[in-house]
Amino acid sequence: MIEIGLGHYLSLGAIVFFLGVIGIFLNRKNVIVILMSIELILLAVNINLISFSIFSGDIVGQIFTMLILTVAAAEAAIGLAIIVIYYRNKGSIRVEDIHGMKG
Amino acid sequence: MLAHSIFFYFFSVIAIFSSLMVITSRNTVNSVFFLILDFISVGCLFIMVGAEFLGMIILIVYVGAVAVLFLFVVMMLNVAEQKQSWFIGKKSTHIPIGLIVSVLILLELLVVVGGWKYKDDLMSSNTLNISDISNTHQLGLVMYTDYILYFQLSGVILLLSMIGAILLTFRQRKGVKKQSYFNQISRNPSSSIELKEVKSNQGVKIDD
Repeated sequence: MIEIGLGHYLSLGAIVFFLGVIGIFLNRKNVIVILMSIELILLAVNINLISFSIFSGDIVGQIFTMLILTVAAAEAAIGLAIIVIYYRNKGSIRVEDIHGMKG
Repeated sequence: MLAHSIFFYFFSVIAIFSSLMVITSRNTVNSVFFLILDFISVGCLFIMVGAEFLGMIILIVYVGAVAVLFLFVVMMLNVAEQKQSWFIGKKSTHIPIGLIVSVLILLELLVVVGGWKYKDDLMSSNTLNISDISNTHQLGLVMYTDYILYFQLSGVILLLSMIGAILLTFRQRKGVKKQSYFNQISRNPSSSIELKEVKSNQGVKIDD
């Protein structure tokens, strides 16, 4: 309990990942919250990579964390741009209203 | 290592609570604020465990750029009062299945973590790697030599996302006066200055 090992960090990553997944599944009102849930999931992956990197003494995990950070920033920018133009065209970003590709 | 465990539980409880609030809060602006709190506490965890550079990068990139971008979009789109709620409104049928799948994912992850057989040479938190060169120095030594290709590729990804975001949100409006650089540069004195001879006591008439 006192000794904090790798398992504690992995459990924290698992819980944050679970919260991100549940945010994607259960959200029905707002697309921006879904993007935030994706950020949470990427953060959980970063926690896993960094804790493995630290506890096994290998620096390469932190390199991959930097790559994930880059991709997360790019994804947030593109996703928010898509949301902005969708709102400009349709006037709503509720998840229920987005069914343009439904047959 | 009492301090290590105390700080670990402190920051991880804050991180879990704030990520729970991100997905359940009824106001989107509050969600963004809790996202910022989440990033800050996880960044503190990273700094505590020994990855100082990435902790600082998380503070700068996520809190300084990404979360503020979210905040801008939330405030610009006027969706703050569009309350998001799970169980109010139209009856939805996918909530139980979503809950079941999410809880199964959590259980699987915890089973994997709990049943993990650790390698023998895995360090404990008492004997973490404290080398004479700093974390940033170590990262630079590896990133600019072995992983230079990935570093350059991530730069290309950032450039592409910037171009994509600008192209997606760019629109031309009617009736907006814009500066025309070519016309500005290509004018010369003969086309823009007209000399008039002014007779005395008569003045000059400027046609307008």
